[in-house]
Amino acid sequence: MRIKDVYIAGDNIITSLGFTSKENCDSILNNRTGITFVDDPLLSLEGLYVSLIDTDKILSSFKEIGDPGMYTRFEKLAILSVHDAVSGTGIDIRSNETLLILSTTKGNIDLMLEDDRRANVNPSLFLWEAAKKIQHFFGSPNTPLVISNACVSGVMAISAGSRMIRSGQYKNAIVTGTDILSKFVISGFQSFQSLSNGPCRPFDVTRDGLSLGEGSGTLVLTSDPRLAREPVIIIGGGSSSNDANHISGPSRTAEGLYLSIQKTLADPISLPAGNIDYISAHGTATPFNDEMECIALSRAGLLDIPVNSYKGYWGHTLGAAGIIETVASVKSLEQNVLFKSAGFNELGVSEKIQVIGKNSEKKLRTCLKTASGFGGCNASLIFYKA
Amino acid sequence: MGNLVIRGCCSIKNNRVVLDGECVYQEDNALSASDFFKNVYRNFKLSYAKFFKMDNLSRLGFLAADILINKYDEIKFLKPEDTGIVLSNSASSLDTDFNFNDTIKENANYFPSPALFVYTLPNIMIGEICIRHKIMGENGFLICEKFNPDVICNFVKDLFENEKLKYCITGWVDLINEKYETLLFLVEDTEKDIAEKSTFEPKNISDIYNKY
Repeated sequence: MRIKDVYIAGDNIITSLGFTSKENCDSILNNRTGITFVDDPLLSLEGLYVSLIDTDKILSSFKEIGDPGMYTRFEKLAILSVHDAVSGTGIDIRSNETLLILSTTKGNIDLMLEDDRRANVNPSLFLWEAAKKIQHFFGSPNTPLVISNACVSGVMAISAGSRMIRSGQYKNAIVTGTDILSKFVISGFQSFQSLSNGPCRPFDVTRDGLSLGEGSGTLVLTSDPRLAREPVIIIGGGSSSNDANHISGPSRTAEGLYLSIQKTLADPISLPAGNIDYISAHGTATPFNDEMECIALSRAGLLDIPVNSYKGYWGHTLGAAGIIETVASVKSLEQNVLFKSAGFNELGVSEKIQVIGKNSEKKLRTCLKTASGFGGCNASLIFYKA
Repeated sequence: MGNLVIRGCCSIKNNRVVLDGECVYQEDNALSASDFFKNVYRNFKLSYAKFFKMDNLSRLGFLAADILINKYDEIKFLKPEDTGIVLSNSASSLDTDFNFNDTIKENANYFPSPALFVYTLPNIMIGEICIRHKIMGENGFLICEKFNPDVICNFVKDLFENEKLKYCITGWVDLINEKYETLLFLVEDTEKDIAEKSTFEPKNISDIYNKY
């Protein structure tokens, strides 16, 4: 039996700006950024701008639901996010009709610095092992689906959850994504010279790179219309594609992202969504990524639609990005507010995209979310008010 | 969606390359994974200089995909977006992660390598295969404790059912500490009737895996 619609029942965002979706959105509405200068020898040799979550707050929040000593930073964040998102939804996480989907690029990679044994690899370094701990915390009977596909993991995971519900395999999907800051990841991006010299400025003419961030986000999906939260939001089509061009730089002609957007728009389950009112872009603030995105939007005929990036608020959260940015976009639709694209002042890309310059009210029904990542991957997703 | 058929499969394990059940290359000497992969590359005259920049995990996936696609080159005549790649493994990119970690773990000897860092994601090998064969369809990288036919079949079938693909290269590519194995399938959405043991179902996938 094919399920017709997939609804949103709950959500959560955890970043430097707060531990709930509401706290994060309030910060956005107050024009606050969570990207700060951090000088921590455990993270980097020299200080840099990142979005770091308050460790004391992680511990104190976690103490209310579990023993913090038994879980890593990554696991605590994921568990806190799922716990908050599921609360009050009426969804039974212990049911075998509920699937947990975990999106992450590096999981517990921070542990590798202290424990780099190859002969006897620390089990926590395996993403499926970290997923198991999260699964067992909640008493979920199903092995979580773990998606690790660079920075499109989050958007890909939401589409996967939606497909699995519509094919009748599950009634509910708890789609969660987490990535933490680590010397490993910071060093890597530094070696690419792709980090900004201040909070990142997506689409801006002075942009000079991305700001890394850590985050955790969850979207709770269900086929049960009685559990759909008001205002009812439905997940439409989604797709992924590959540029087939370069493993670490985006296609200059945005082949892959353009293809994904076309496929997502043409998906029969996207038809009820109607026209797109708002685009939540990837917007990492690297010179190449933002330029590529504007070309994709231009080719897709979407230049006139308000667009933003959230990365100026909480940095690039990698495996969590697609999920927390989708949740923020859902809030945008719910509240009929266009959120300012933090860090933006003057357009610095070759196509005239309409970057949202300040928080403003607007009736919104349909959002297109896009994402791109290392390996030439791209993904997109549509969701809309019923 | 029509019937999903397993068109072909390629296994690389224990210094043997097996294509559709036939051993097409093997080394009796115990070689390092690195050396074995280079020998496979040379044996099949793959002629792709970028191979030597790849990490071992990407080389493994690349080799199996190349050998499979060279036999079933009908995909070259399709639109790039009609073929997708969905792979899975247990160790993610940990093998390369350790190598990158070596370049950053001591402050006195700190030289993070971009050439290594770029391979510290498991989906990069999908990118390498896509670039080589101009494949632009659905991608996905899944992490499972062990080879899991149910997870792979469900994920890929959903993509076919939602009309995202005509062909999919899918399977398992795992490597850590010289221990490696890959089993790749080429799956086609066809209108033809197909033999039951060729259908893309967990049981058939599992039988093939257990044979090797």
